[in-house]
Amino acid sequence: MGRKLDPTTYVKKGPGRKSRKQKGAETELAKFLTDGERDMMMMFCRAGKRAQVTKKPKESIEKEEPKKGFTDENSEWLKPAKRKREVGQSDNEDDSDSQWEQEEDEGQEGGENNKGKKLLIEGDGDDDDLVDDYGALEDSSEGEGEVDGDGEELLPIERAARKQKKLQEAMGQESDDDDEDDDKRTSGDEDMDEDDTVQANLDEMDKFILPGAEEIAKEGVLLVDLQTIHQRIKDNVDVLSHFATKREEGKERTEYLSLLKKDLSTYYSYNNFLIDKLLDIFPVSELIDFLEANEIQRPVTIRTNTLKTRRRDLAQALINRGVNLDPLGKWSKVGLVIFDSSVPIGATPEYLAGHYMLQGASSFLPVMALSPQEGETVLDMSSAPGGKTTYMAQLMRNTGVIVANDASADRLKSVVGNIHRLGVTNSMICNYDGRQFPKVMGGFDRVLLDAPCSGTGVISKDPAVKTSKDESDIQRLAHLQKELILAAIDSVNAESPSGGYLVYCTCSIMVEENEWVVDYALKKRNVKLVQTGLDFGKEGFTRFKERRFHPSLKLSRRFYPHSHNMDGFFVAKLKKFSNTVPTTAVEKDGEEETKPSEAVEVTADSSDEDGPSNAGSKNKSKKQKPVPGKPAMSQKTTANGKPAKSIGKKTTNPSTLKKNEKPTGPKKAKIAKMDGGTVKVDGELKKSNTVKTEGETTKELKEGSRFEKKGDKQRKSPMQSKKRMGKNKFNKLKKLLKKEEVGQ
Amino acid sequence: MRPLTDDETKTMFEKLSKYIGENIKHLVDRPDGTYCFRLHNDRVYYISETILKLATNISRGKLVSVGTCFGKFTKTIKFRLHITALDFLAPYAKFKVWVKPGQEQSFLYGNHVLKSGLGRITENTNQYQGVVVYSMADVPLVSWPSPFTYCPLSNQISQHIALPLHILSIIQSNQSTYSPPPSHTVHYPIKSVNI
Repeated sequence: MGRKLDPTTYVKKGPGRKSRKQKGAETELAKFLTDGERDMMMMFCRAGKRAQVTKKPKESIEKEEPKKGFTDENSEWLKPAKRKREVGQSDNEDDSDSQWEQEEDEGQEGGENNKGKKLLIEGDGDDDDLVDDYGALEDSSEGEGEVDGDGEELLPIERAARKQKKLQEAMGQESDDDDEDDDKRTSGDEDMDEDDTVQANLDEMDKFILPGAEEIAKEGVLLVDLQTIHQRIKDNVDVLSHFATKREEGKERTEYLSLLKKDLSTYYSYNNFLIDKLLDIFPVSELIDFLEANEIQRPVTIRTNTLKTRRRDLAQALINRGVNLDPLGKWSKVGLVIFDSSVPIGATPEYLAGHYMLQGASSFLPVMALSPQEGETVLDMSSAPGGKTTYMAQLMRNTGVIVANDASADRLKSVVGNIHRLGVTNSMICNYDGRQFPKVMGGFDRVLLDAPCSGTGVISKDPAVKTSKDESDIQRLAHLQKELILAAIDSVNAESPSGGYLVYCTCSIMVEENEWVVDYALKKRNVKLVQTGLDFGKEGFTRFKERRFHPSLKLSRRFYPHSHNMDGFFVAKLKKFSNTVPTTAVEKDGEEETKPSEAVEVTADSSDEDGPSNAGSKNKSKKQKPVPGKPAMSQKTTANGKPAKSIGKKTTNPSTLKKNEKPTGPKKAKIAKMDGGTVKVDGELKKSNTVKTEGETTKELKEGSRFEKKGDKQRKSPMQSKKRMGKNKFNKLKKLLKKEEVGQ
Repeated sequence: MRPLTDDETKTMFEKLSKYIGENIKHLVDRPDGTYCFRLHNDRVYYISETILKLATNISRGKLVSVGTCFGKFTKTIKFRLHITALDFLAPYAKFKVWVKPGQEQSFLYGNHVLKSGLGRITENTNQYQGVVVYSMADVPLVSWPSPFTYCPLSNQISQHIALPLHILSIIQSNQSTYSPPPSHTVHYPIKSVNI
């Protein structure tokens, strides 16, 4: 290679190939772009921005030009950009200070741009160092002169918004778009999106616009990002909360709701059924809180085992091991909440020694409501894994007897383990189906039923519930719970000197599993709701959609993860009132109960309520029911006392053949034998009440005829009296019916 | 549930007396009532008479556990004491071994107690004497796999031993698990009480 370079014939090198290409591109584009489009392009796409950098700002650059202009052949297109403080401050001080203020608004971007500009000025033609300022500078400089209607200078963002609006009109976009979603897609230009969201939010601040059908169809095909949906959910909730003011004309509330449901299902991964149910229970804004709360875990809580240690000592010991904890709250003297720990909580020596039990805070509540006393006989029908059972044992100080039952033999092993670990000595563990329990043993002072449920309150522990629960699941569970609660009621001894209570609880928030089941029990048995003793928590529903529950349901308590920071829970405390005294006035019986104040209040209420309602099966309503056979029966009852009641029981047995109560009949008798007949009376009355609720007149007539037949005969024992209706009850019933018809 | 036969009673009491000597009668006649031992599914349960009465209501197939399980009889009619009996035996234990705080954790997770970890020991502990291990705070220690230990070396001999690492208490190898094996820790203990 020879020396081709000749210093004398130095040709100044102009813009390189690339920059020439770019310039060429601009000229090319100018051929087919319209002015408006070109402006837009200038603003948003990179080429445009690059060009704008070089474009003179109207005033300031013109000022600067005489100082800063380039002297080479590129001077026509390569204009020095406005500089910021770092470079040549003296130059720019003349420039409008307002410019700087506006530039300050841009913040860091401006700072970065400074450096870019600096480089630009120093290295001409060095295109690589061009920094996009996203048209901000340009906007601010261009719009410097712009003034809004009030005569004040606009912020750059406002100017940009106005520009965008003009462009939109120019482009003739649809006005019905959901800006956030659809503009992104329809515009099809990524760079535009960033500005779009800014301006879209401004526009949208007044209005949340529902997407039309096409947009929804589009969404179905294209994957929508979660952020969009989340924003849309928030806006939707906002509109729904202030529907009158924020609604879009012509759009119904249902449309907003259906969009919200869809979005919630997608964002939080619930199935439609569950979202529908939750929307029924919660108002929309609370629903969002609830769903958010279900995404995070509740804090870990432990319960001190007061049989072995004190909370103070335990807390000290755990702190020494490196556990960060705090007392659970004013409402519990044995609870501790664990914030974090350097050792596994389930494996400390204190845990192994049985000094505490890992238990959710909401599980404390039913036992606190039940408050078993020392020396009582208590039943825990659904006890696995044994947290509540052991809590009851510690409240009873290992006296009395606890029967811990569970239908699942596998899970019973955990009960065995926990009972032994915590040093509970007064317990019996058995494996029955809870519905059979009254047959096995009855006459308990207190019963705790933590019914198997859908688990909608513990979604944070088990997210599978979100998608797996269905209408049929809930109905099946509700049915099971109703059977269980009746069996539990039958196991309670209403005559117990210190008790007669049943606590029904679930870890679910569904009304079908909670209030409905308790209401069913109120109708079917001689029980009433009493105060739970828990002073916090939301009151249970007394009405829900088309259902109306007993007003005393407001004594039950609901707990939610978002409002109480514990698992969703429902607790209801029922008292079985005794009917041992066979007097006429059933109200008197109610008043003679161990808790007179509550009794008077609630019985007064209930008697008023049951009067009009047909379904009330409490003893009080016995009198109020306008049924032919009834007055006669009640009179007879009073006249004959016990015997009549036994007859009543007998007669009602066939009628309840096909019902769930059938097993309770013979079992009631068995228990009566054990308890000396007092429970029998209770059961018999219950039987008669259940018959009454069926409202079958034939059976009532039968009862009447029965009374006439038996008269004053004493029954030796309920078992013997039962012998009359032996195995062929159906046939015997038929015969009786025929006899009556004949007799009439 | 049935009462223990004579042979079974003899075997069991022999085992118990290794740890608590003749204090067995304290177990039976307690100030808060009479307690008794009953056998169910080869397991011996220690229950008060009040519970016993109610427990007869439950059918055999459905009864899982009553009161406290003390241990079980193996197929060859040997009696194995379980961890669950510790709380009752500990107050009456004749020979005790106190363990230093450092050794406590190690013992809990299944290691033998070394002489270096020994805090105190009752005098005249014979060789192969059954002992109960306590922490310095007098908390009977429950170890995995078993809480019941015996001394392979007698007290007198151990005093003369210079080496600190002699094994002083070997854990008797019946396995009743409260805690998970040291290899993995879970929040909830293994619930089954196996042999």
